[in-house]
Amino acid sequence: MSLFSTIVSQFMNGLQTGSVYALVALGYSMVYGIILLLNFAHGDIIMVGAYTAWLFMVNFGQSPIIAVIAAIAACTVLGVVIEKVAYTPLRKAPRLSLLITAIGISFLLENLAQIIFGAGAKPVPAIVNVPAILLGSVSLSGTAIVTIVVSVVSMILLNLLIKKSKMGKAMRAVSEDTGAAQLMGISLNKTITFTFAVGSALAGIGSVLYCAAYPQASPTMGAMLGLKAFVAAVLGGIGSIPGAMIGGFAIGLAEAAASAFGLSVWKDAVVFGILIIVLVVKPTGLLGRNLQEKV
Amino acid sequence: MINTVLFVVLLTGSTGLVNSGSVSNYYTRVLILCGINMILALSLNIATGYLGQLPLGHAGFMALGAYTSAIFMRGVTVSPDAVFPLGILIGGMTAAFVGFLIGIPALRLKGDYLAIITLGFGEIIRVVLLNIDSVLGFKLTYGAASLKNIPKTTNFFNTFLCVAVTCFVIHTIMKSRHGRAILSIRDNEIAAEACGINTTYYKTFGFTLSAFFAGVAGALYAGYLGVISPAAFGFMKSIEILVTVVLGGMGSMIGSIISATVLTALPELLRAFSQYRMIAYSLLLIVVMIFKPTGLMGSYDFSLSTLLSKLGGKPKPKPLPEKEDEPHE
Repeated sequence: MSLFSTIVSQFMNGLQTGSVYALVALGYSMVYGIILLLNFAHGDIIMVGAYTAWLFMVNFGQSPIIAVIAAIAACTVLGVVIEKVAYTPLRKAPRLSLLITAIGISFLLENLAQIIFGAGAKPVPAIVNVPAILLGSVSLSGTAIVTIVVSVVSMILLNLLIKKSKMGKAMRAVSEDTGAAQLMGISLNKTITFTFAVGSALAGIGSVLYCAAYPQASPTMGAMLGLKAFVAAVLGGIGSIPGAMIGGFAIGLAEAAASAFGLSVWKDAVVFGILIIVLVVKPTGLLGRNLQEKV
Repeated sequence: MINTVLFVVLLTGSTGLVNSGSVSNYYTRVLILCGINMILALSLNIATGYLGQLPLGHAGFMALGAYTSAIFMRGVTVSPDAVFPLGILIGGMTAAFVGFLIGIPALRLKGDYLAIITLGFGEIIRVVLLNIDSVLGFKLTYGAASLKNIPKTTNFFNTFLCVAVTCFVIHTIMKSRHGRAILSIRDNEIAAEACGINTTYYKTFGFTLSAFFAGVAGALYAGYLGVISPAAFGFMKSIEILVTVVLGGMGSMIGSIISATVLTALPELLRAFSQYRMIAYSLLLIVVMIFKPTGLMGSYDFSLSTLLSKLGGKPKPKPLPEKEDEPHE
């Protein structure tokens, strides 16, 4: 393989994982923007999505399309249920309690999955069947292209939703000033639920795309993926939608670069090292809003 | 004062019991583990309960303490009486030093960002311990193959001696003016700064202290198991320590001690239902947070002296550390 094609294929790898990270990071970022909660359970929602896809394809023998729809629906419902059961009673509580509840939910989901499905990984059949494309000497994998296209399309849709629709306007208003938004007649509960639903649906898409790249589902798959996506969200500036996308792609590319230089065991350290440097230099992330605390 | 006397009596008494063999070996080991987890919870309690920050990389400091003291104890050949305190001190000092280095940039950030950056540092410590041999060619940590043949120096007596020293040091510092400065940062950082408290200094101080005791606990852990591997000090371990502190009540030393005991002993007692114990654990966490967000003990702190003065000098010796009670039952 020539040097050029190696670079291109590593770049595609980076973009592929990066787009999954970006989709998941969007969920983190949206939730943080609206209720200032680091939703640690978000990574485990991905795990549930992956298991749903596996269940539908292997046990119920459905086509990949139905499995994908089921996975996204399961994630959305789960996200809303978690919000209603665990986060709504704590809206007035200190932030730390909310965070710890999120950690508890994450534990709960992982262990439930371990009991129901067993600790071992379940192989997920191929979801995307697109032949590789040959560009001269460079071969681009079909899965990578589909992943990148799907995630870019969903990001554009999300942007339209937030910029153009009435609900998106409400979301922006609530994240800017909760009290004032309520006075303007925006239903806080509805908006927050909607945010969780959208964020979890994106996680559902992310889980399917992740399974397309690494075809297996295991109870702890969400933990590291969630952590990395979370780093991506922080890197781009948590609470900022374009920031999450940039952060996701940046983390994906950085990982691919680390692997390309033969440092794949140090991949995690590289990711967290980048995070620390960014946080020290610019504590709110690349595109974060700078909030001045008033006394 | 009276607390100290009582503790000495209890410690010698229970050590006697353990050594005479009336407490089985298994229970002794569970109790030692309880003691180690107590120190961990107490140390995180400094940063979370008193300083009001949320570090998510506490297991990283524990790992540092464990590895440095293990390497030290393997490397030197002195009498076991001297190697243990030295190992613990070295473990604690290394963790404190790294905590100090990490604290300077990390504590400039507030709230969630601090949590994230400490999480990052914790993970980096773990990855470095895992891979440092293959890069530098040393035979130090043995990576994933785990560090073996560490002298098993930890026993019941010295573990609980460490617990007592930890309690004593933390209690003394928190009652001094430094402690009040730390508490004022938790309650309102801006107001504290306006009152002339050097917030950066005290935050770094609290963080370093917290890292030191985490290192001590790590050193005890290394001497307890005899085998350590980086996988034991992951993100989940940090969360576990945090859960212990939060369940006990942030800012309550007795809360940390009780919840460390319960959360260590309970899984052992529930061995038969081991499949479901993690589920019970996480449900417990969620339920406590929803119904009593301050933790079980709140910020209540137990002191025998206050209890005695409340009872009007009527000595009703309620045992100070609850942990000592278990072997008798």
